[in-house]
Amino acid sequence: MTLPLIVYRSLRQHALSTLVTAGSIALAAGLLMVVWMVKEQSQKAFLETSTGFDAVLGARGSKLQLVLNSIFHLEASPGNISAADYDQIKKHPAVKAAIPLALGDNYLGYRIVGTAEELFTTVEYSPGKRYQLQGGGRWFAAGQREAVVGSFVAARLGLKAGDTFQPYHGLAFDAKAQHEEVYTVTGVLAPTNTPTDKVLWIPLSGIQTMKGHDPRTATDVSAVLIQLRSPTAGFMLDLMYNKQGNRLTLAYPVAAIIADLFGKIGWFDRVLALVAYLVALVAAGSVLASIYASMSARRRDLAILRALGARRRTIFGAVVAEAAVIGALGAVLGFAVYFGLLAAVANVIRTQTGVTIDILAGHPVLWIAPLGMVALCAAGGVVPALKAYRVPVAETLSPTS
Amino acid sequence: MLTVSQLVKRVASPEAGGAAVEIVRVPELSLAAGEQVALRGESGSGKTTFLHLIAGILAADEGKIVIDGEDVASLGESQRDRAREARIGYIFQTFNLLQGYTVLENVVLGMSFGPGGVDRARARQLLERVGLGHRLHHFPRQLSTGQQQRVAVARALANRPKLVLADEPTGNLDRTHGREALGLIREACREAGAALLLVSHDPDVLAQFERVRDFAEINQPRVPLPRAG
Repeated sequence: MTLPLIVYRSLRQHALSTLVTAGSIALAAGLLMVVWMVKEQSQKAFLETSTGFDAVLGARGSKLQLVLNSIFHLEASPGNISAADYDQIKKHPAVKAAIPLALGDNYLGYRIVGTAEELFTTVEYSPGKRYQLQGGGRWFAAGQREAVVGSFVAARLGLKAGDTFQPYHGLAFDAKAQHEEVYTVTGVLAPTNTPTDKVLWIPLSGIQTMKGHDPRTATDVSAVLIQLRSPTAGFMLDLMYNKQGNRLTLAYPVAAIIADLFGKIGWFDRVLALVAYLVALVAAGSVLASIYASMSARRRDLAILRALGARRRTIFGAVVAEAAVIGALGAVLGFAVYFGLLAAVANVIRTQTGVTIDILAGHPVLWIAPLGMVALCAAGGVVPALKAYRVPVAETLSPTS
Repeated sequence: MLTVSQLVKRVASPEAGGAAVEIVRVPELSLAAGEQVALRGESGSGKTTFLHLIAGILAADEGKIVIDGEDVASLGESQRDRAREARIGYIFQTFNLLQGYTVLENVVLGMSFGPGGVDRARARQLLERVGLGHRLHHFPRQLSTGQQQRVAVARALANRPKLVLADEPTGNLDRTHGREALGLIREACREAGAALLLVSHDPDVLAQFERVRDFAEINQPRVPLPRAG
């Protein structure tokens, strides 16, 4: 009861510096957790998103571009592949499913992707998960000017079953490039927390035969999403398309290509982590400095406590505990910083990529970072605590007579 | 209850070029349980140092200070702290109240560091006894000087001491309040069964004690006293 009272009163007496210091700790703890969790969660989300398909077949070019374009709906398509190439991969005995994609149009900046209905009806987009419609509706019918809209687009644009829209040409929105065709929304996808949510899906033939598109490429597709019957088949296809052939590119395995991407941008995480660690050190230093600076004002109080029978180690412990409490206060506030910052970052990532980060996900860093800050602050408290430990009672309590 | 014998304390004196100078040499002083004794002494005579030695705030260089059967002069600092908390109450001239703590908390802290533990009810009783039952949650700065001295008295008695040391307890009070405070200290010590050793240079205060000793007679340092404080 005594130690908490001493710590509490001391914090109250120095309320302003306590709050300012706790604020800097909160920033440090929050930043540490955010840097860590954005890295962990975005990698996890990107990898999970890409686990539905084993490989992507597309025009000759970068595997990463192929994956980003066909699974994450980012970047431009490296080019088209012919209907014959699509037929060949679709009929290959090692291939379980081959879903064609055709790109080239948008609606108000959101991509319109032509595909086969089986993407929604027979394929698991992630192990154990199939696409579903929310609030009724139906899948589009092949060959019709119908669309199934991703949940994110539907929410942003207020689209629902029965609504109509006119696509725009190109992947980027240009108000002057509107097509004549009118599409009717037949259903809205239930949220999948994948980039699919950001897409307006129409039948493959829709993109292929849209007025203004080159009739010579009317049977081409932009890419083919592939599920394999066995992993060894992937190496076989890799050999066939990438090593022996020179017209097409097989991006395989998809997860490894994404992991490679994160490997390449890993330095960015490390720089952010370094910044966060430095902020943590500065914050712990500010605890040290603020308590140390107030030590002259506290000398008398400490001497009185010693005169009342407090041992040197009690005084030492009280100052260290005070530093730790400031750290703990900062760590608690740090969660507010964490959730605020992570929600903002998650929103940016979701808007830009369609990948959803779970801001409520647990991870050991969520207790290691706060406890680490408390420990660091307590360590910072040792320096002023030593000064407190050495306060000479008799001299401080003068006058003498 | 208290027996001081051959007690010596030296301090480094700037006036002597940093050399150690004796400021306390008390061959003998004793106090019976519950006895009240006043020491007369001028400023700078070493009275406060003497009380600090008895309280264990300062370490003695030589001699014995036996309180309730234990020689505190032979103890290490930590044990002296414990002995002080267990047996001694200290009333300072400047009160030395903790300004950031309430009146009640100041008294509670007086009993917080010993083996007896905290008894808030007793702290309240003591404050009621000194007439501050209605000021428990005030801060010292919100009290008059006289009231602050009464808090210091309550705090000195909080740990049920065997010996109360009072260093010029009325030095900061006017004559009326000084008399009142002294009466309260003596009465409270009597009620608590604590012995009282009080130092003062105020004839008005000294006149109220049956046993008054001159500190200059008790304290016989071997070199001239540095005039400190």
